[in-house]
Amino acid sequence: MTDASPDRSRSPRVSADGFSLAKLLLEGRAFFALIAIIVVFSFLSPYYLSVGNFLTMASHVAIFGILAVGMLLVILNGGIDLSVGSTLGFSGVIAGFLMQGVQLTSFGVILYPPVWVVAVLVCVLGALVGLVNGVLIAWLKVPAFVATLGMLYVVRGAALLMTNGLTYNDLGGKPQLGNTGFEWLGFNRLLDIPIGVLVMAVIAIIGSIILNRTAFGRWLYASGGNERAAELSGVPVKQVQVSVYMLSGICAAVAGLILSSELTSAGPTAGTSYELTAIAAVVIGGAALTGGRGNIRGTLVGAFVIGFLSDGLVIIGVSAYWQTVFTGAVIVLAVLLNAIQYRRRVKLPSPAGGSPTSPQKDKATTADPALEKTAG
Amino acid sequence: MNAAPEFEPAPGDTVLAARHIVKTYGGTHALKGVNFDIRRGKVTTLFGENGAGKSTLMKILSGVTTPTSGSIELDGQSVTFSSASDARDRGISIIHQELSLAPNLSVRDNIFMGREIRGATGVDFAEEARQTRLLMADLEEDIDPLTLIQDLRLGQQQIVEIARALSVDSRILIMDEPTSALSATEVEVLFRVIRDLTARGVSIVYISHHLEEALQITDYAVVLRDGAITATANARHINLEWIVRNMVGENFDLGSPPTGYAFGEVALSVEDVSVADASSSERSVVDRLSLDVRSGEIVCIYGLMGAGRTELLECIAGRLQPSGGRILLDGKDISRFSIAERIARGLVLVPEDRQRDGLVQTMSVGANLSLASIGAFVRGMLLSRSQERSLVEASIRDVHVKTAGGSAPIGSLSGGNQQKVVIGKMLTTNPKVMLLDEPSRGIDIGAKAEVFRLLSERAARGLAVVFSTSEVAECLSIAHRIIVMHRGRISAEFTADATKEEIMAASGEAVVSDHEEHRSHHRDRR
Repeated sequence: MTDASPDRSRSPRVSADGFSLAKLLLEGRAFFALIAIIVVFSFLSPYYLSVGNFLTMASHVAIFGILAVGMLLVILNGGIDLSVGSTLGFSGVIAGFLMQGVQLTSFGVILYPPVWVVAVLVCVLGALVGLVNGVLIAWLKVPAFVATLGMLYVVRGAALLMTNGLTYNDLGGKPQLGNTGFEWLGFNRLLDIPIGVLVMAVIAIIGSIILNRTAFGRWLYASGGNERAAELSGVPVKQVQVSVYMLSGICAAVAGLILSSELTSAGPTAGTSYELTAIAAVVIGGAALTGGRGNIRGTLVGAFVIGFLSDGLVIIGVSAYWQTVFTGAVIVLAVLLNAIQYRRRVKLPSPAGGSPTSPQKDKATTADPALEKTAG
Repeated sequence: MNAAPEFEPAPGDTVLAARHIVKTYGGTHALKGVNFDIRRGKVTTLFGENGAGKSTLMKILSGVTTPTSGSIELDGQSVTFSSASDARDRGISIIHQELSLAPNLSVRDNIFMGREIRGATGVDFAEEARQTRLLMADLEEDIDPLTLIQDLRLGQQQIVEIARALSVDSRILIMDEPTSALSATEVEVLFRVIRDLTARGVSIVYISHHLEEALQITDYAVVLRDGAITATANARHINLEWIVRNMVGENFDLGSPPTGYAFGEVALSVEDVSVADASSSERSVVDRLSLDVRSGEIVCIYGLMGAGRTELLECIAGRLQPSGGRILLDGKDISRFSIAERIARGLVLVPEDRQRDGLVQTMSVGANLSLASIGAFVRGMLLSRSQERSLVEASIRDVHVKTAGGSAPIGSLSGGNQQKVVIGKMLTTNPKVMLLDEPSRGIDIGAKAEVFRLLSERAARGLAVVFSTSEVAECLSIAHRIIVMHRGRISAEFTADATKEEIMAASGEAVVSDHEEHRSHHRDRR
């Protein structure tokens, strides 16, 4: 009859003791999967377990890792960003275009912007693509899936138009023009670690700080968890939503810069279907596609699982077709485990219903999600 | 007052008997060991206030939910219903309070949804249409079977819902507020249909907030209060007064209006505010309503569901745009301000549905508590964790949340404690005016009293409080002033010494005179 909180608050602790091993395996599943992948491939191939190979694989992971961090922000908000692969390709093309020199016909000069200016401009471009996504979704109420699917085509088309389908091959720059150094991102190493990996680490750290230590991060989790409650608490949900897509666009632009620098060429079709890999990394990392749950650490582990798995399959000589099958199976398995984890969470604490009756004459199917769960 | 609810089992004419039904949602006891009989060929009416447990009991009897404990006997046989369709197969159907029709499908398709009549080439649509026409003729409603549900007005939709239940030859028909959107003529037709059904031996369970109307059709009356049966009687022996007395019960002490201080200036001023109905533009759910609340004052808004309370409060808080009028906070017009700006200026809302609008279920107790005031502990760019922690701890103490700590998941709290978190979250913003929409909904009486005590403490310190309720006992607790809303307007205003009967009469409850107009106001929420 009275609020029986003492015994209620005990229930989660009891369950934590009872299922501690299962719970540990479940919650750390992506991490254990990564360890298992490393162990298995180390047995299968003598080349797999070496610092050199790990660094190479890590630099492959970096592209997806950076995309996945941006994607995580969007997914935490309850959205999805399908346009990041195209934005990545477009960013590379724009970088290539700028490196070739911008002809200003009215002045009769060709501008060769230095590499850092190119990088900044490309990031601004990524943010603009995200801005379009965000405005479409937050203000014009286009579903995120549709808006970013549209942008996937538009941006890819723009990249193809700019180059007529061709690839910018010479991104090296010329010393006399003062625009050398583009390959630094893709080829150089700092303390023996590829720059791409370091960039991913920096982005991940910034992302972690944003999510855990800023008001924006809290707003993001809140509006992803329950947008209506967040709005009534004074959270600027629309601004949060737009910002999230802009951040995702910036991450895609950075990934585009790194990729074109690694390849020393910028093709308009680069990054095709990378958005799906990024989503997979986020999902494997334990984030809920419904929003509000997930973290950077998990997402990075998810990116490493995908990257180390596919590189391992290459090293032991499994055909590319089988790689696709394996990657798909891992994704499905991850989502399956996600479903189990969140179902457990719902069952254990058994959230109290808002009301035993349902007097709402509301269009909402169930006014009270907790009632639905307890009832089911 | 009936001291103990007498309970006489009547084996001969009891078709369904529920025994010791208990249903808990988290920490809330919706039903506390209810014994309920449905008599063959009779209309058993269940009376009770919102939250008394009527709908929960009906959901259990119709297989929509399962009881936490207790048993159900059908014709003397113990049964358990695995689902609503299981119960339907055994002859029990329910007309839900909320319409459960697919608006994009036709009347015919809705009536036969899930049990289509098979023909030689798939579904026999002609036969379905023929049966639909018969049902409509029986209900004296001229609706073509191929009309889409979305093109019908609410009353007609309710008729379709009733027709669907009638189309299954049920032995037991449960009607949960079937008349809330019906006109007087339609109600009469429904009552005739009910009498025809009972004459054929069908047992009816009837639930309605329109007490006098319900009394016309009732054979047996059962009153439910706070999840327990308080009285049962043959309808011949009872009257309206008996029902109200048993529904409302003795006052649990929910406190009294705080005294010993003078009210301050007018904090909130609502001037001629209207809110248009989301579904039909010509009607207003809030109709040129004006209201002043002084700081330190507690105002209670009483009204039936659909009276416009929620819309009024959501409009003041900025969730809904007014279609006319002004809202002033400390004399400044805030009608154009966003929700966040209103919170910053000291106007907050504790919403009606805390699961949907109040809490972020994916976050901890602490993160929920600090959500509205998160700007207060940003230092430079980053949140100060220690400041947040001390704010959360202070807030937990302040509003007496019983929790393992700020990092506990919000779902681990009982309903009452979750409500305190929502209130605490808004209190941390140091508001001047606090609006609470049905703050006692779905929480038990102890938590209710605690919430009210908290509000009166804050009022004594200068907070202006406006809370809405659909339980008349709550009007007569801490409120200095009671406003009764009916169809978007203030129909009466009382001081704290009003009686329950006066308040209920002003709300339109227990009044049959207004049948001629549509009562679709009852479902005018978005």
